[in-house]
Amino acid sequence: MTEPLSFELSRPAVDPPRLPEADVSGPAPSELLPKEALRARPPGLPRLSEPEIMRHYSRLASMNYSISENFYPLGSCTMKYNPVVNETAASLPGFAGLHPYQDEDTVQGALELMWRLERALCAIVGVERVTLQPAAGAHGEWTALRMIRAYQHSKGEARTEVLVPDSAHGTNPASAALSGFQVVEVKSGGDGRISLADLESKLSQRTSALMLTNPNTLGLFEREILDIAELVHSTGAMLYYDGANLNAFMGICRPGDMGFDAVHMNLHKTFTTPHGGGGPGAGPVGVKAELVPFLPMPTVERTNGHLMLDFKRPQSIGRVRSFYGNFGMLVRAYTYILAMGGDGLSQASQDAVLSANYLRKLVEGDLEMPHEGPCMHEFVASASHLSHENGVRALDIAKALLDRDFYAPTVYFPLVVPEAIMVEPTETESKATLEAFARAVKEIVALAKTNPQALHDEPKNLPVGRLDEVAAARRINTYLQGLSEDPVLRWKAPVQSPC
Amino acid sequence: MPYLVHSPEDRAAMLETIGVKSMNDLLVDIPQSLRLESLQLPDGLSEFETMAQVSALAGRNHVYPDRLTFRGGGVYRRFIPAAVAAVTSKPEFYTAYTPYQAEASQGTLQAIYEFQTLIAELTALDVSNASLYDGATAVAEAAMMAFVHTGRNEVLVSGYVHPEYVQVLRAFGEGRGIKVRKGGEPNQKTAAVIFQQPDFLGLLVDAPGLTAAAHDAGALAIACVDPISLAILAPPGEYGADIAVGEGQQLGLEPSYGGPHVGFIACRRELVRKLPGRIVGEAHDASGRRGFALVLAAREQHIRREKATSNICTNHSLCALAASVYLTYMGPYGLRQVAEVGFRRAHALAERLAALPGWEMAFPERQFVNEFPMRVPKAPTVVKKLARKGILGGLDVYRWFRELKGVLTFTCTEVNDARALDELVAALK
Amino acid sequence: MADRRYTKTHEWITVDGKTATIGITDFAQSQLGDVVFLELPTIGRKIGAREGFGVVESVKAASDLYSPVAGRITEVNEKLSSKPELINSDPYGEGWILKLELAGDLPTDLLDEGEYKKVTEASAQ
Repeated sequence: MTEPLSFELSRPAVDPPRLPEADVSGPAPSELLPKEALRARPPGLPRLSEPEIMRHYSRLASMNYSISENFYPLGSCTMKYNPVVNETAASLPGFAGLHPYQDEDTVQGALELMWRLERALCAIVGVERVTLQPAAGAHGEWTALRMIRAYQHSKGEARTEVLVPDSAHGTNPASAALSGFQVVEVKSGGDGRISLADLESKLSQRTSALMLTNPNTLGLFEREILDIAELVHSTGAMLYYDGANLNAFMGICRPGDMGFDAVHMNLHKTFTTPHGGGGPGAGPVGVKAELVPFLPMPTVERTNGHLMLDFKRPQSIGRVRSFYGNFGMLVRAYTYILAMGGDGLSQASQDAVLSANYLRKLVEGDLEMPHEGPCMHEFVASASHLSHENGVRALDIAKALLDRDFYAPTVYFPLVVPEAIMVEPTETESKATLEAFARAVKEIVALAKTNPQALHDEPKNLPVGRLDEVAAARRINTYLQGLSEDPVLRWKAPVQSPC
Repeated sequence: MPYLVHSPEDRAAMLETIGVKSMNDLLVDIPQSLRLESLQLPDGLSEFETMAQVSALAGRNHVYPDRLTFRGGGVYRRFIPAAVAAVTSKPEFYTAYTPYQAEASQGTLQAIYEFQTLIAELTALDVSNASLYDGATAVAEAAMMAFVHTGRNEVLVSGYVHPEYVQVLRAFGEGRGIKVRKGGEPNQKTAAVIFQQPDFLGLLVDAPGLTAAAHDAGALAIACVDPISLAILAPPGEYGADIAVGEGQQLGLEPSYGGPHVGFIACRRELVRKLPGRIVGEAHDASGRRGFALVLAAREQHIRREKATSNICTNHSLCALAASVYLTYMGPYGLRQVAEVGFRRAHALAERLAALPGWEMAFPERQFVNEFPMRVPKAPTVVKKLARKGILGGLDVYRWFRELKGVLTFTCTEVNDARALDELVAALK
Repeated sequence: MADRRYTKTHEWITVDGKTATIGITDFAQSQLGDVVFLELPTIGRKIGAREGFGVVESVKAASDLYSPVAGRITEVNEKLSSKPELINSDPYGEGWILKLELAGDLPTDLLDEGEYKKVTEASAQ
């Protein structure tokens, strides 16, 4: 099934929607503004009636997988249930209707929510303060590195390097480069964990920070984390925590206690705010005392029960976005934390670890496990042997799972494992779902050995089959060089007709 | 406990299958010294109690009625058709993951492709991306594009650009060694000239003139634009700007105390490879069926790693969907009507306010669309007086611009009916 | 030197008098997948040994290109803008990337056929 574009459904005779009239006397834009200031041609927006619009979007919706319907075993994404009550909370008029430039006295409830969320996050990860400004994970990461840099500059230190494990997600080096650092890679040892020896050889007075996820992107807890922290701090560098895998140990242990100086979190992972098809999310960053003066401003302060926005922060790194944060997502995360409580969050992480180990056990006969267990909340398997022996790659397994109504796990990441398949079930998938997934994997692996070609043709049951992204990229290339007018990146009317 | 699915029997069965006695055997890698007894947080609550607490917090905020909101400054009250929330609250859209597996995400991908087309049409530029976080970070991203494209490390901010956008630009620029200069003329060190149309005070600037001056100096012209105003004002593509950015909150999003909103960015063909963030493109499967997929991924952070233009990993997909629904609902004539109603009402209001004793238009020689600056006696008192009468009055811009003492900006949209204007004026007498 | 030499970063080089021709190896193109775009340097640019001179992109990956030798770029394969797939189909022939005028002697650490084969075998494991 394909659905036409709204532009393709558009018809020129459709009535525009009824809107209020001006009801005042006064000039129209064309009477006051000079001709050059006015738009020469109307924008080519589609013209559809409301019934057609609603039908169009309903049909598009039916072409999507979503966590409300499907299991997403995506490693490091923590695709857990998005509680519906969070949506109710965020759409309360008392939150949704607030203008960011209202007087502080009129938004005490909003500021109190932000303050309480900050305190809760501090308790969960073990830090002094948290900034709620960053809009996304990578945004938070960059914010943390900027704070670390500002702190070191304030001590007269100009450190130029950031250390990143070879198993790290691409945002880590990108954020580091964006913050003005050179990126130096640290190797993993044979057990998948960071090599202390290599770390020691790469640390120097030039090192600003080491960026680490714990558990790492292989789902393995960095056992030597206390030694790592000591080593890093001994050179005057700081330790940054990438919170992608925080779901592994809430209530079990805390990054702050491990020695991390800046702790980043993803509200759209660990704290259930919905992914929205790619965003919006939120990436708060917690900090220890040394970094507090450098927090983005404003911060939310509470004195004698009264809340205010603090702009008097001379050492702050400034603003990392407009206004105060993705407030609507903060409401959702706060509602979740309130409902779960300390006991609920602890149980959630334990169930996440339990489920991952259970699923790992169920599939270990079918997929290669490059590292020894136990894992934490996720594990990485490999399709390397299937690739060599049967020509079936991780990508084929991913597409075959789509055909069996499961979203695919993360594939080809982390880069240190060839044909990697990273699986994170989360605590909100039932035992029955995990077993059904394991059965699907078994069936696919069996097919890989008997009829690999069948797998190369999947998915067959979805609105489209495998898309030829190479052909698309080549068409784009041709367009960008001015050799064609076929934009590929937007719809264009076949013949320019006036609206 | 809420949202957890395993029974004690399930847990016991799973432990047995794994072959361990207890959870502690699975947590064996964690040093004992780090193990917590419990989290220092209260226990969880029932849904009833949770909503009671959250509602109490919401109840401690004062929400000004739409019709009595005359304050803008980058966030505006607009009529939001019911269709917007009806679409964005579909779980298939709002709980969907990022569309990396294209075949399972055609709904999101097509909606974003439509968004990209809508923004390209509005701005009259060649290509738009899949959206950014907000107008402020969009300005910063455009500046970084110019830095990478020209190799020059200075950007010039011309006129009254939103002060928070400039603050964010500075914060981003610092890490990259980009200098931000305010005022003056572009020169050989200038990567881009950034201007806002209409500006932060609501006034029109000479966009074609600023664009030409930028080009004469070999710099790019970055226009930060109001999307609704583009229904009537000349769009960046018509006057030759290289990059258009802006805040899309007015396209179907609630104010929500500042977020989440949605930034947009569009550019000329030649600059597309430098565009940050996600981009959706058209592709076909083996049977020739048309679909959509994330394209030009090699620009992005997860592949270029430290060589990417930006580190942005995400887009505000659901907010972009809201904007798409809004623009599709409005169509070209609906959007024009929205812009014109705001224009007429704002001009009528400005005339009435200027008639108040001691009140005058600041910059009376300049044109505006639906936001305008007034110079008033005792500005803080005026604002408080209006608040006491339940009206969210003008924005005091002195807090950012020391040369604008006593200046309040007022905004007027289709939600401020004629009687609301009467109430505002009456409250000021 | 008539035969090809190689680098650990999977570029190849042939030399004819003072002119060197450079491209990427068959192993490299198979790792990358279908090439869709190349970011190439301008003619006249001086480049050092092991200096990055461009990027080759496939749908899912991007790889930096490093010059094995120092020199001044005299020619760039224009065909690759419209037909980047030549790198996949004929990496050692029509898929050549650039020619440069050598500045000085060849580095001594270039690999011969046998040594390069060992590098690719190690990578494939």
